[in-house]
Amino acid sequence: MKEKHERGSHSSRAGENVVAIRDLSFRWQPQAPIVLNIDRLGIDNGERVFIEGPSGSGKSTLLSLLAGVSVPQKGELRVLDRRLDQLSSVQRDYFRAHHIGYIFQMFNLIPYLTMVDNVTLPCQFSKIRRDNALRRSNTLDAEAMRLLDHLDMTRGDMLHRPVTALSVGQQQRVAAARVLMGAPELLIADEPTSSLDADLREAFVRLLFQECEQAGSTLVFVSHDASLEKLFDRTIRLAEVNAARPESTQEH
Amino acid sequence: MPILRLAWMSLLNRRLTGGLTLVSIALSVMLLIGVERLRVDARESFANTISGTDLIVGARSGGVQLLLYSVFRIGNATNNMSWKSYLDIASMPSVAWTIPLSLGDSHRGYRVLGTNPDYFTHYRFSRDRGLTFTQGQAFDDLFQTVLGAEVAEALGYQLDDAIVIAHGANDVGYARHEDKPFQVVGIMEHTGTPVDRTVHVSLEAIEAIHIDWQSGAPIPGLSISAERARKFDLTPQAITAALIGLKSRIATFKVQRAVNGYTEEPLSAILPGVALSELWGIIGIAENALPIVSAFVVLFGLLGMLIALLTSLNERRREMAILRSVGARPSHIFTLVMGEAAALTLAGIGLGLTLLYGLLLLAQPIVESRYGIHIALSGPTRHEGLLLGIVLLTGLVVGMLPSYRAYKQSLADGLSIRV
Ligand SMILES: Nc1ncnc2c1ncn2[C@@H]1O[C@H](COP(=O)(O)OP(=O)(O)OP(=O)(O)O)[C@@H](O)[C@H]1O
Ligand SMILES: [Mg+2]
Repeated sequence: MKEKHERGSHSSRAGENVVAIRDLSFRWQPQAPIVLNIDRLGIDNGERVFIEGPSGSGKSTLLSLLAGVSVPQKGELRVLDRRLDQLSSVQRDYFRAHHIGYIFQMFNLIPYLTMVDNVTLPCQFSKIRRDNALRRSNTLDAEAMRLLDHLDMTRGDMLHRPVTALSVGQQQRVAAARVLMGAPELLIADEPTSSLDADLREAFVRLLFQECEQAGSTLVFVSHDASLEKLFDRTIRLAEVNAARPESTQEH
Repeated sequence: MPILRLAWMSLLNRRLTGGLTLVSIALSVMLLIGVERLRVDARESFANTISGTDLIVGARSGGVQLLLYSVFRIGNATNNMSWKSYLDIASMPSVAWTIPLSLGDSHRGYRVLGTNPDYFTHYRFSRDRGLTFTQGQAFDDLFQTVLGAEVAEALGYQLDDAIVIAHGANDVGYARHEDKPFQVVGIMEHTGTPVDRTVHVSLEAIEAIHIDWQSGAPIPGLSISAERARKFDLTPQAITAALIGLKSRIATFKVQRAVNGYTEEPLSAILPGVALSELWGIIGIAENALPIVSAFVVLFGLLGMLIALLTSLNERRREMAILRSVGARPSHIFTLVMGEAAALTLAGIGLGLTLLYGLLLLAQPIVESRYGIHIALSGPTRHEGLLLGIVLLTGLVVGMLPSYRAYKQSLADGLSIRV
């Protein structure tokens, strides 16, 4: 029932843009060349989007804008109906804590925390995500265990091993459990599969989809691996939407 | 606050460097407070060398010099004061008691003091503590002696042992008063003052052993036995100095003026407290240098922390980016590093104090029995508290630098993991 309600609240926004960009322009430093110059870009609620582009074309830069770490110098950046370009940096940090799950390419885990502590970490910084997690399970640890169990990470002694003693694929699954914790609306993944082998990549992406669907989250996924493209709802070719041409752009 | 828990977990993760940093801070804090305590105790025990005496009188000289030879038994008087002057001063109406002091001879490196039994009743040290005996009592016969605690201990003397006094400060074979040995009749309790290193005999005994001597050597052909010496008039001609107790403190300056203006011979009367602090002022240079040295040691301990924190930052950039990705603000990153600096400094102070008190606890019985100095195991004094506060504050200020760096770094890095 609760799950339905959750999804309901998300689907009430169905069709609305989770991300809406207009006339955006961004450079890292005042003198640096413009990295991103995007006229118009929208991502719908619940969409699973694949972002593709050559190295140095600004994919990670775009993600850091969506996550509210950087702000555009010009234009409008609307995420989940908030004008990120108009929020203060503290407000953006709160925004990220509450609404965004972020997966890195690798080394996602904090080495001195246990697997469960790594997964519950987002709830330390966001009451909303803690409440979301507690709506599903009685305790944060139980919710972390539920997610880890889904991702097949609770077998054997894995739970009690230091996270540094997990394989890269296993670490990525723990990272997936972390972004799903407390059901943030927007999941962002920056090449999360590039350190996995081909079989694992597809399995990992499917796992992510499954969890996204359950949580009703939107997924923005960056990868160089064209073979994954077909699994997604839509592909955004950054070179097509980005009018700027960062200096180091080269085809992969 | 979860970020402090994270700081703690992170610190545990780097327990080797963290532990070493902690130990270096702890040792430097231990040194700082230990030296401070030693300094205060030394000053106190110095000030406690003599008490209850209102004036010290001797031949005209500087106050410090008079104090040095009369109380610390260091150096020699250039002149004596005559016995008559002593009697004149002793009979002044405001004088309650006097102790004559006659110095010049020695026994195996320890000074011999000729005095009278009043010494044992009126001499005071360490805020009105009187002299007491571990064995025996004061001398009441001519060739008897009372030993200070250290003398008896170091030379292994017991009651009734016989000792021979040497002429002058150097105990050499040809200048001993071999024919007139002294019987040990008393051994005194430890005082932690020069009394411990003194051999006490009567003024008359000093006269008696010098009856057949002249100009520092036995008169050739003249030998007067100990028994025959008793028949002579043994009233001294002169003494080295005298300690004076007054009936009322108010008379101090009046008596001092009277002594300084004494017409028969040039004399000085000094206030022991004034001379003590004057002397402390001279040797106090070391007293000031010591805390400066230990302050630098603390600074180096904290610099060690600075280096450890700064080098850890690079390997922790990834950790910071992950924390940022889950919504940690740059201020959290600042707190993370700052919390570590604060924890290290606080724990260093705690461990340092624990080590110091442990050490004091171990040393206490040894020092007490060997030197008669009681080490009080009191909690930190206000001044020590202030020092610890400064250490903590310095630790926090030192911690600001890496914290600020981490803050800036996390702002610049954002979510990109660069290592
Ligand atoms: N923190 C930064 N400061 C300054 N310039 C940066 C920073 N991060 C990226 N850039 C520059 O911005 C441009 C885009 O970089 P970005 O990391 O977004 O590329 P990318 O598309 O993610 O490449 P890749 O596929 O190799 O990860 C590059 O020219 C890069 O040098
Ligand atoms: Mg990138």
